[in-house]
Amino acid sequence: MAGTMRSREVGTVRGRIGIYLTALFFALFCGFPFLWAGMTMFRQDADLYNSQHLPFEYSQPATFSHVSSLFTDTPYLRFILNSVIIGLLTVAITLLLAVPAAYALARLTGRWGVPLAIGIFAVYLVPPTLLFLPLSRVIVALGLQDSIWSLVVVYPGFTIPLSVWLLVGFFRSVPRDVEEQAQVDGYSRIAAVVRTVLPLVVPGLFTVIVFTFTLTMQDFIYALAFISSSSHMTVSVGVPTNLIKGDVLYWQSLMASAVIVAIPIALLYNLFLNKFIQGFTLGAVKG
Amino acid sequence: MSSAADTAAGAAVAGTGRGDGPRRRWGYLFERERVLGPVMLLPAVLYLIFVVGYPLLLAFFYAFSDVTVGSNRFDFVGFQTFITAIHDPVFLKAIEHSFLITGISQALVIVLCTVLAFVLAADFHGKWFLRFLVLMPWTTPVALGAIIWLWMLDSIFTPFDWFASKLGVIPDGGHLVLLGHAGTAVGSVIAVQTWRMLPLATVIVLAGLSSIPQDIEEQAQVDGAGFWRRLFSIQLPLLAPVIMVAILFGVVFTFTDMAVIFILTGGGPGNATQVLPSWAFYKGINGGNLSVGAADAMFMFPVLLGITAIVLRMASRIGGE
Repeated sequence: MAGTMRSREVGTVRGRIGIYLTALFFALFCGFPFLWAGMTMFRQDADLYNSQHLPFEYSQPATFSHVSSLFTDTPYLRFILNSVIIGLLTVAITLLLAVPAAYALARLTGRWGVPLAIGIFAVYLVPPTLLFLPLSRVIVALGLQDSIWSLVVVYPGFTIPLSVWLLVGFFRSVPRDVEEQAQVDGYSRIAAVVRTVLPLVVPGLFTVIVFTFTLTMQDFIYALAFISSSSHMTVSVGVPTNLIKGDVLYWQSLMASAVIVAIPIALLYNLFLNKFIQGFTLGAVKG
Repeated sequence: MSSAADTAAGAAVAGTGRGDGPRRRWGYLFERERVLGPVMLLPAVLYLIFVVGYPLLLAFFYAFSDVTVGSNRFDFVGFQTFITAIHDPVFLKAIEHSFLITGISQALVIVLCTVLAFVLAADFHGKWFLRFLVLMPWTTPVALGAIIWLWMLDSIFTPFDWFASKLGVIPDGGHLVLLGHAGTAVGSVIAVQTWRMLPLATVIVLAGLSSIPQDIEEQAQVDGAGFWRRLFSIQLPLLAPVIMVAILFGVVFTFTDMAVIFILTGGGPGNATQVLPSWAFYKGINGGNLSVGAADAMFMFPVLLGITAIVLRMASRIGGE
């Protein structure tokens, strides 16, 4: 945001106080759950399960034991590993299909390019909650039930539409002369694209990789419907269904499991947000 | 960068780049845009037809059949499934809750995201940190965000009890039990959905805000228009289409979400927070009745169709310009 934004100077003192107060309100509204989770994860049981204590003080020394037991006593690492494998495979399929499609829509389909791109983007609006029941049958027919491959097959259904949309924008921002010059120089169309256009849209490719990967982490319903054994679960489903059941809830570990996933993804998003906005709007605006 | 060098090298070997022999015919074929275009586009389109188009069609068939998880029988029963679904009192409540939760949370998002976008467009210390915090609810996987809220709204150890007793709403040591009462449970779900959808809407509105030509505002300032006048007469009307797009996304993602309900309330207490997608899940997967589940989910379709039509019209208008 900062890069693409013209920041507005706020002159008056009253205006500045207003800005800081509003900023504080939003920081609390968005950040308070994470503050609460962060304070919970290091508490000792005696400190946590005592409603007489003040909520924002530690009455006992902080402990790291609940965070470490998450890794030693639960399948949490397995969940993370599954999520990463599924995410990477989805990224591979998405790039393989979305990059050629987006190039075709940006350059080769003429006046059909814009309506087709919009049509593919509309697929992104078809919700998983509408598709998961018939898909659960398809998954069984493919013999993929309770396998991480069921998710690898299904996730590109929502990552390809968004990726195509973003990539069309990035391809359009490259001047046509670039590959035309290479073609004049004797390269075939495909070779010209690979050698001259792709290097220019590397930031776009990274953006698509990051957003595809994180989008797969968001899914809940597919993983809940298709996967039943804990060794094949993703973080999103494994944590709520597998760490929460049983008689004892280890809230410190649960909070840690959420925070440990949330922070790296938020940092990644922050790095690529400007590019995301750029691609999101370029896809529509530049004709 | 390296492309300039490549081009130079390419010029040196001009004429030798094209292959010969059998590859040549294929090569020429792929040089033609009418051939290459569809060839590059088709794999993605076919994949989407397989994992989205075909299941969507199946969902329609299911809704008009009596298919269950256990059997392979597949008889068409016309509108019987829909009639069964409508006569279920929980289903009617689920529709009501879906609209209530989506409507209120997105109305809040409209106001909050506009204010927040103006704050983030201004210059102040610690902006990067606010930006980071604001993005967190969106970047955290929805199931994990819901887990954090579940603990934050715990019936005994919630910090809100402490705030409430300080404010005198409840006696010292009393409990609100926010998720235990129908009204506050719905309120909690609305809060989580607002929290979760605010970042995306803000990001979209902020992008729109940065595209408003600065000279329009400067001119208005020169003409003596004050802050509020500029806000309501210039900026908000110009932002309206962008805010609309942001909210359409929010409506789709909120209306079709079941993760928050599933984790936070399980539809309870007493189905007070049951919504269409969660009811479809409980019926279709847990209850094993695929056809009724599909019919329940199918009631989301008219809303989604309407929203998609609006989005497509707006997008093609932008694309056509």
